[in-house]
Amino acid sequence: MGGALRARAGRLVVIGLPYLWLAIFFLLPFAIVLKLSMSDPVTAQPPYAPVLDWRGGPGHWRNFLLSLDFENFETLWGDDLYWSAAVSSVRIALVSTLLLLLVGYPIAHGMARAAPSVRPILVAMVILPFWTSFLIRVYAWIGILKPEGLLNQVLLWLGLISEPLSILNTQTAVYIGIVYAYLPFMILPLYSALERQDPTLLEAAQDLGARPSKAFWTITVPLSMPGVIAGALLCFIPIVGEFVIPDLLGGSDTLMIGRTLWSEFFSNRDWPLASAVAIAMLLIIVIPIVVYREIEAQRWEPRQ
Amino acid sequence: MSLTLREVRTELNARAQPARSPIGAVRRSFAPWADPSAVPLIRLENLTKRFGATIAVNDLTLDIFEREFFCLLGPSGCGKSTLMRLLAGFEQPTAGRVILAGADLAGVPPYRRPVNMMFQSYALFPHMNVVKNIAYGLKQEALPRAEIESRVQEMLELAQLEPLATRRPDQLSGGQRQRVALARSLAKRPKVLLLDEPLAALDKKLREETQFELMDIQQRLGTTFLMVTHDQDEAMTVADRIAVMDGGRLVQVATPGEIYEQPKTRFIAEFVGDINILEGRVMGGEGGLWRIETPMAEAPLAIRDSDKALDTGQAVAVAVRPEKITVCRAKPAGASNVIEGEVWDIGYLGDWTVYRVRLDGGAILRASVANASRFVERPIDWEERVYLAFAPEAAIILTR
Repeated sequence: MGGALRARAGRLVVIGLPYLWLAIFFLLPFAIVLKLSMSDPVTAQPPYAPVLDWRGGPGHWRNFLLSLDFENFETLWGDDLYWSAAVSSVRIALVSTLLLLLVGYPIAHGMARAAPSVRPILVAMVILPFWTSFLIRVYAWIGILKPEGLLNQVLLWLGLISEPLSILNTQTAVYIGIVYAYLPFMILPLYSALERQDPTLLEAAQDLGARPSKAFWTITVPLSMPGVIAGALLCFIPIVGEFVIPDLLGGSDTLMIGRTLWSEFFSNRDWPLASAVAIAMLLIIVIPIVVYREIEAQRWEPRQ
Repeated sequence: MSLTLREVRTELNARAQPARSPIGAVRRSFAPWADPSAVPLIRLENLTKRFGATIAVNDLTLDIFEREFFCLLGPSGCGKSTLMRLLAGFEQPTAGRVILAGADLAGVPPYRRPVNMMFQSYALFPHMNVVKNIAYGLKQEALPRAEIESRVQEMLELAQLEPLATRRPDQLSGGQRQRVALARSLAKRPKVLLLDEPLAALDKKLREETQFELMDIQQRLGTTFLMVTHDQDEAMTVADRIAVMDGGRLVQVATPGEIYEQPKTRFIAEFVGDINILEGRVMGGEGGLWRIETPMAEAPLAIRDSDKALDTGQAVAVAVRPEKITVCRAKPAGASNVIEGEVWDIGYLGDWTVYRVRLDGGAILRASVANASRFVERPIDWEERVYLAFAPEAAIILTR
């Protein structure tokens, strides 16, 4: 009796703890941001109104709720700047994800095909850059890409160019930075999907008359799709909101929603509008993921 | 038509005493290997495969004929799987040649060889349903769609897979997967089907049923089957001929009956079935009937083995199968080979009872007796004194 009760309590704690964690560190902040996005900016400390006072009593709470509105979202909706920032972010994220896939897949494939004794070393080499601060690595790219930087010096020395290329502060520099920074997030899920594959499947395909290239496209690639999707989501989502790389490597023409958010928050001190941008960004990212998961769940449902 | 190992054994027992006809002829009268003018479909010439310092296949020469169900039998690591991979093209020989239908296969990649393989793990494509798995090989040939569909249908019928056509491999049982793998490998109508331990993952009953299905399919299609197995019962059941391999070499290539009744070496005698080995020395003999002195029996043994040329004094081993030994309470009068001992262990297997009899010298001989009747008046009991007897024709003399 007591044992059963204890077991139930134990189960409750085990299941409850992660929920509690999510409630405190995800749901609560999200609620605060959502509330901020529905507030109005004021020149005060804090720079938004209304401010909720828990001790205000029911009358105050009612007034507080009534003064919340969707004005900021209307502003976002009506202003071209936010639209083009959102579209540009998604475009940059899509192109970067595609580039990451093109660069990451061959690397992951090569790693998965390497001798089993070498593989841990290769994985360690992919993870190694994380030991250096992200910011320092992005700054290093400034040193490489700037007009008198390492890349231009090498190209000039090789005689491939006669004038230094201006790469820094362009869209190209942003792509280089993003692909470099996110490559491990693409390689690792791809590698784990490819490494799990049974090599006899490829032998079977060849035995049935498929050339190695055909076997690759009909067996290896479809079977690695879970890895491709995991890697793509793992890269796409944070790239949409990426701020540091476009800020340091991009030029004034690099419009990204993360940068817009930053300037609303810090330059304009418009916390409510910045929060509205954050909520809009979340919707842009979450909706496609939910749709995708629905499709996948249906596709893999066992048919009888 | 074809007999199981057990049926072969029963028949052998029935004709143990008087008949002297070679046992190899128990199967159907299909024996292209005995015809010197027959051209083999597969010819392996001095085939050698080395992996670093280890030799997996060692200077091996073998002919396999069209429509044959050929079994490579051997313990794990004997090189039988490597031999199969050499045929499929996944490995290249270090030396020697693989000739298929007159063409040397050197340098021909796996996807251009007219052979197909059924893998031990089945290697079904997990992202394709049964139909797509079977059609995969046909699509590589760029056949017209209608032709592909009709051939897939044919294979679905052959393997009784029609109700499962749209299932994915993870929705199939082990036996069903095995049939999909077979159908997929046969869909291209290969000249030779290679089967790598095809039944190893099935449970015993299903395995026995599937052995007969395989034989049936092989006879209907007339495809040459080359199967690798470590299970000697399986090899005996399905094969026209068996090649016993050890250490990368062929030890004996013969029909199941010959392998069982006339093993060339002690290795084969002990690897295929149960056998008692009695060490001894040749005392003399004439007309194929040899007298052999052994410390395990009081009187010299009389063994009929006309194939051997033996010298007096030569050390030999007398090998006799447990089912060819009779167990009696009273000393059988006039029998040629009688050994006395004490029942040490009795194993009741249902169809057989195995007696482990301890001789006075300490050695143990096994004798198995078919349980032909449900009741025995006074069964032989543990620790009873018994006499083991076997006919001169029941044993074989091994020199190697």
